[in-house]
Amino acid sequence: MTNTVQASIESTPPDQTRGDLKLPIYLDNQATTPVDPRVLEAMLPYFTEKFGNPASRSHRFGWAADEAVQTARTQVADLIGASPKEVLFTSGGTEGDNLAIKGAAYAGKARGNHIITVVTEHKAVLDSCKHLETEGVQVTYLPVQKDGLIDLDQLVGAITDRTILVTIMHSNNEIGVLQPIVEIGRVCRQRGILFHTDAAQSIAKAPVNVTSQNIDLLSFSGHKLYGPKGVGAVYVREGVRLSPIIDGGGHERGMRSGTLNVPGIVGLGKACAIASAEMSKEACHTAGFRNRLRDRILGSLDGCYINGSMENRVPGNLNLSFARVDGQALLMGLSDVAVSSGAACTSAKLEPSYVLKALGLSDDLANSSIRFGIGRFNTEAEIDFVADRVIEVVSQLREISL
Amino acid sequence: MRRVYFDNNATTPVLPEVLQAMQPYFSEHFGNASSIHHHGQETRAAVERARESVASLLGCRSSEIVLTSGGTEGDNLAIFGLVRTGDHVITSTIEHHAVLNSCKRLQESSCEVSYIQVDGRGLVDPDDVRRALRPNTKLITIMMANNETGVIQPVEEIGKIAAEADVYFHTDAVQAAGKIPINVKSMQCDVLSISGHKMHAPQGVGALYVRKGTLLQALFYGGSHERSRRAGTENVPGIVGLGKAAELAAEGFTNGSIEKMRALRDRLEKAVLAELGSAGVNGEGASRVSNTTNVFFDYIDGEALVIALDLKGLAVSTGAACSSGAIEPSHVLTAMGVTADRARASLRFSLGKQNTENEIDFALQLVPPTVARLRDLSPVYNRDTVSQ
Repeated sequence: MTNTVQASIESTPPDQTRGDLKLPIYLDNQATTPVDPRVLEAMLPYFTEKFGNPASRSHRFGWAADEAVQTARTQVADLIGASPKEVLFTSGGTEGDNLAIKGAAYAGKARGNHIITVVTEHKAVLDSCKHLETEGVQVTYLPVQKDGLIDLDQLVGAITDRTILVTIMHSNNEIGVLQPIVEIGRVCRQRGILFHTDAAQSIAKAPVNVTSQNIDLLSFSGHKLYGPKGVGAVYVREGVRLSPIIDGGGHERGMRSGTLNVPGIVGLGKACAIASAEMSKEACHTAGFRNRLRDRILGSLDGCYINGSMENRVPGNLNLSFARVDGQALLMGLSDVAVSSGAACTSAKLEPSYVLKALGLSDDLANSSIRFGIGRFNTEAEIDFVADRVIEVVSQLREISL
Repeated sequence: MRRVYFDNNATTPVLPEVLQAMQPYFSEHFGNASSIHHHGQETRAAVERARESVASLLGCRSSEIVLTSGGTEGDNLAIFGLVRTGDHVITSTIEHHAVLNSCKRLQESSCEVSYIQVDGRGLVDPDDVRRALRPNTKLITIMMANNETGVIQPVEEIGKIAAEADVYFHTDAVQAAGKIPINVKSMQCDVLSISGHKMHAPQGVGALYVRKGTLLQALFYGGSHERSRRAGTENVPGIVGLGKAAELAAEGFTNGSIEKMRALRDRLEKAVLAELGSAGVNGEGASRVSNTTNVFFDYIDGEALVIALDLKGLAVSTGAACSSGAIEPSHVLTAMGVTADRARASLRFSLGKQNTENEIDFALQLVPPTVARLRDLSPVYNRDTVSQ
């Protein structure tokens, strides 16, 4: 077996077609997703034909644009169980996290100055919290357990009478674990504390419902659900007021000024409508591939560890650590597979993932991890190819290091 | 039904060349520009090429360009990024609401703001800016061209005053970009904002020039995108569109398209005024960008006129889109000393790269008779003519 493994490593240059597979294979759908052709088709008329500014009240170009925005708002609201007027459009997930967290903190100054979050949050949440700390806000960073989930008792214990906001992600961008959102929402609702969740990685993958999950604020991004980049949405429960972080013409009920990105919003709406219709079927598809990939790799290699709970996890995510392998060499060896060792936003950094470190992984195992993000457009042949390549490259690297 | 769009200061159609440049970046080259693999490298390269094009339009280095979600974000990033509690800011009374409302917010957090008045032509007097300087002045923010009248401000003089006083100078160039040449060096500005959708790029993208060495605090946190000045996954197709539009805008200064637009605008303006009495141009006597004319038609209600024109297929507006529908008369025209009645009787015609001679003919067939008809219906106009 070893001989054939080595032969195939040498005979597979990157950026080429192998059989009917187009290389490199994209398995990084947690970093970003391609725009679904149906989404792009819906968007196209809004660039050159129906190009109006929805704030233009005096002519048809404006009215048509406004109508398209309202349709999209309903499509977004329907996917998350909200009412359309509770949906604000933003430029993306990072802006949404900033608006929800800083906006709630500034608007809630009179009620308190304490926020609770988790060490494994996305940088957009952590850095917003860190910024608020420089302005005198107190932040508690809850740890996670080995499986990546928080301990609810620790959340309850961290709440004080100055707590105004709990911000805990719906699912994690690196390890895909789903936090106990219903329980967290219930605790917050009982104590009268706002609950924000960064749902960028859950929307269109796992059920998200702001009513049954007791969510007050929720942010997500278009480009993680086969919508375009540069657009996102924030759900703001009726009656909750955010202080804006962008001032101007008073768009989006005064909470987010700036001309609306109509084609982007139409695309986000369409992406949400597709998700509403196809999510459960798609979840089976991606989870099936994810399990196939896992089983094939774990069945052939020892010293592989799954990072994060398998039970509470979004369907397309697999995060593995490989013992006795150098992470950089592994990624280089897998040059015909587009995967990442962690979040794209921090992928230029050489430090081990703070998410994996929070699970208690050693630097070595955190460094030799790979995030596989399986998406709508992946095929079984691609999964098998990737499984083969991972097995080949890991085996080869381990042989070299012996 | 034929529809002609003369509201390009509200938003512009994306040019076909721009859309064509963007299209591969939705479904084909879709990588996250921060990813280190193949898909990320290819979009990173596209983002950096677009940044070069924008830099070249503004006369700066590409490392001085921060890509944003648009003009409003850019204005906010510039203002909140530079001003701290206790600072003093100088602005004008005719700024866009993105600047005015940011300044209002600053006043709530113990900052001082001086609002410079404009003259009847809509111009800021640089000497007024100089006189408003205080020891704690941190920023002068005055727009390059006004969105309602198209009047071009004396930004070079203001830049000189700012440089001499060692205070930051920001200019909202959203309505100037692509219409007049911009050179951040000769203007001596430190920060300048532009928006894609006012220059035939898509909505949802813009850029902020930030002079090298300027310490700017971010508006969004979460990742080290845009040299830590603007966190968030790059809007690759939008950025590619902005880059292409910047290239086309730069070409417009040498291929005669700006002159052509000016000729169309001038023809529209002159012909309308020649046919109708009690009408004139707001901002007359000041130099204006080539695409905009703001005309008052006394004795009519501007809102009624735009609706009447829309019914016949011509899209124009009474003022800024962001505040259209507002009951108050335009803050810009009011600041110029225009009476509330005249401000309410004013219309903005703003052309784009795609408008044609034939569309001017169309407008000229519609506007004078529609104004005349509305005046016939107006009791004010009748009384006035009777009294004459």
